[in-house]
Amino acid sequence: MMNKGLLIANLDVQTWTYILVGITFALYIGIAIWSRASSTKEFYVAGGGVSPLANGMATAADWMSAASFISMAGIISFAGYDGAVYLMGWTGGYVLLALLLAPYLRKFGKFTVPDFIGDRYYSKTARIVAVFCALIVSFTYVAGQMRGVGIVFSRFLEVDINTGVIIGMLIVLFYAVLGGMKGITYTQVAQYCVLIFAFMVPAIFISIQMTGNPIPQLGFGSQLSDGSGTFLLDKLDGLSTELGFSEYTEGSKSTVDMFAITLALMVGTAGLPHVIVRFFTVKRVKDARKSAGIALLLIVILYSTAPAVAVFARTNMIETVSNQPYSDVPQWFKKWETTGLITFTDKNKDGKIQYVADETINELVVDRDIMVLANPEIAKLPNWVIALVAAGGLAAALSTAAGLLLVISASVSHDLIKKVFNPKISEKGELVAARLSAVGAVCVAGYFGIHPPGFVAAVVALAFGLAAASFFPAIILGIFYKKMNKEGAIAGMVVGITAMLLYMMKYRLGWFDAALPSKNEWWFGISPEGFGSIAMMLNFMVSIVVMKFTKPPPEDVQEIVENIRIPSGVNNAINH
Amino acid sequence: MSKVNKAKAYWKENIKYVLILLFIWFLVSYGAGIVFKDELNQIKIKGFKLGFWFAQQGSLYVFVILIFVYVRLMNKLDKKYGYDE
Repeated sequence: MMNKGLLIANLDVQTWTYILVGITFALYIGIAIWSRASSTKEFYVAGGGVSPLANGMATAADWMSAASFISMAGIISFAGYDGAVYLMGWTGGYVLLALLLAPYLRKFGKFTVPDFIGDRYYSKTARIVAVFCALIVSFTYVAGQMRGVGIVFSRFLEVDINTGVIIGMLIVLFYAVLGGMKGITYTQVAQYCVLIFAFMVPAIFISIQMTGNPIPQLGFGSQLSDGSGTFLLDKLDGLSTELGFSEYTEGSKSTVDMFAITLALMVGTAGLPHVIVRFFTVKRVKDARKSAGIALLLIVILYSTAPAVAVFARTNMIETVSNQPYSDVPQWFKKWETTGLITFTDKNKDGKIQYVADETINELVVDRDIMVLANPEIAKLPNWVIALVAAGGLAAALSTAAGLLLVISASVSHDLIKKVFNPKISEKGELVAARLSAVGAVCVAGYFGIHPPGFVAAVVALAFGLAAASFFPAIILGIFYKKMNKEGAIAGMVVGITAMLLYMMKYRLGWFDAALPSKNEWWFGISPEGFGSIAMMLNFMVSIVVMKFTKPPPEDVQEIVENIRIPSGVNNAINH
Repeated sequence: MSKVNKAKAYWKENIKYVLILLFIWFLVSYGAGIVFKDELNQIKIKGFKLGFWFAQQGSLYVFVILIFVYVRLMNKLDKKYGYDE
């Protein structure tokens, strides 16, 4: 007994990682086999009978990607107050979803977002424009997820990044192709549990270590447990200014840019097809509202902890490395150096680490992803906690990738093949087509994961801008403005997404100039990340102006709108 | 009440709720968290400056509450108009 206990305590991180990742993967595969889809309705919307709680958990896992789990706390720890754009942007969108979109789209009761656009705007062109927008948004997003899978694998299991991507592809392929939305929903429920546990455990440990308060949300506003009586945030503000950074709680973005980015992220969240489609899977309209609330509650558990983790990690890091002799750095520092995510160049040859804001004398570059991945090691937590973070990161990346792949496959098999090219295709034929398009989508995603085009990292954040600029106005007007017609909606979507793409190419990718244009040239001082809110307004304006000069929509379409505003009678709506 | 009038009245009440809740949504995030952040930062509760707290914590909690309030209001409204099932 004694020996066994010792053995478990002594297992190294890698063994623990194999054990935990192995168990979770076996769980996902088991669920996939148990819940395979046998009809297109099960494949696209899990049969439409998912409970609000299960859908809320699945939505939360679907929503929280590798970026939320691995990168967000790190981004905040370097951005300080400015990081609030992500916190508010990626949660506030759910209020819009619950109040303005989810109930009505559920009542409408079809399979995809282009379904709604195509029917509401009585037009194949509108449907195809919507499919095109859905594909651009989903592919930019999914490439980042596969890359995230690769990074976690390579770091924790010490395999090559590409091998990691391929393992991830096989797993997703297995349960997305077999189970469709049904399989994805129930694996996402499991993945939510894994990822939230993996995020909270180290956060709680570190909060107790630093402040004595087990609740991280309160811990980062508490006094340090070293008996000095100093508040943690005051200490971090002091450390930051000492090193020449701006005060942690003040930030450096302009108010107008904060405003624009937050709005673009909120509206983009509400317009993301893989999130919207989750609300097609519940039974009744009231379930759609309720599951939006549950989803946000479950998301906020992680999102309200992330800024606390950011403060703990940043304080810990500065204290551990700043002005310390390089020869004395702890083991985790060396380990992460080999991955290239930490680099140290002793510019002034004094053998000590100078970590300061001034680029010319700063000697330390830390990748933001480390803040979550290395956090347990920095805080000297047990090996199983470190391994847990790997399993959590994988759960986050895989669940989001699966949700996106389903949107892509449904866009191809349902919106293009069934509704445009071959309406006579049988139910069985469509199911085969859906599975084949899922396979195709996994391969493309894997390709981007292995050969990431240089612009992927920059573009993932902009997927929100694209969704905000295209879908959001078309759906809102479709529900709240009975007189909106196809001409207006199509023109709005085309202008919105084009404006967003052009602004992004010019000011983020620098494709139109010899060098990337500086911040001073941004329109109204708004960054490409925030431009989605301008493009969205442009979409609204163009839609309304074009509508005024064209034919109103036919009577039966106006009746559809009246019908979706009434919550009862969902099943009649489905059988239309 | 005729069917059409009933639907209209229901929709009007729904829109009223949505507008009130979105006003609060806007106030906590864009108002307290961004525009009036500096003023609110003068107030400190334990270690938190209030504007910073609204931006990184408070608005998230309010968002969750808003959705659940909406769920309650709408369930009641559905019952009142006989649209619940």
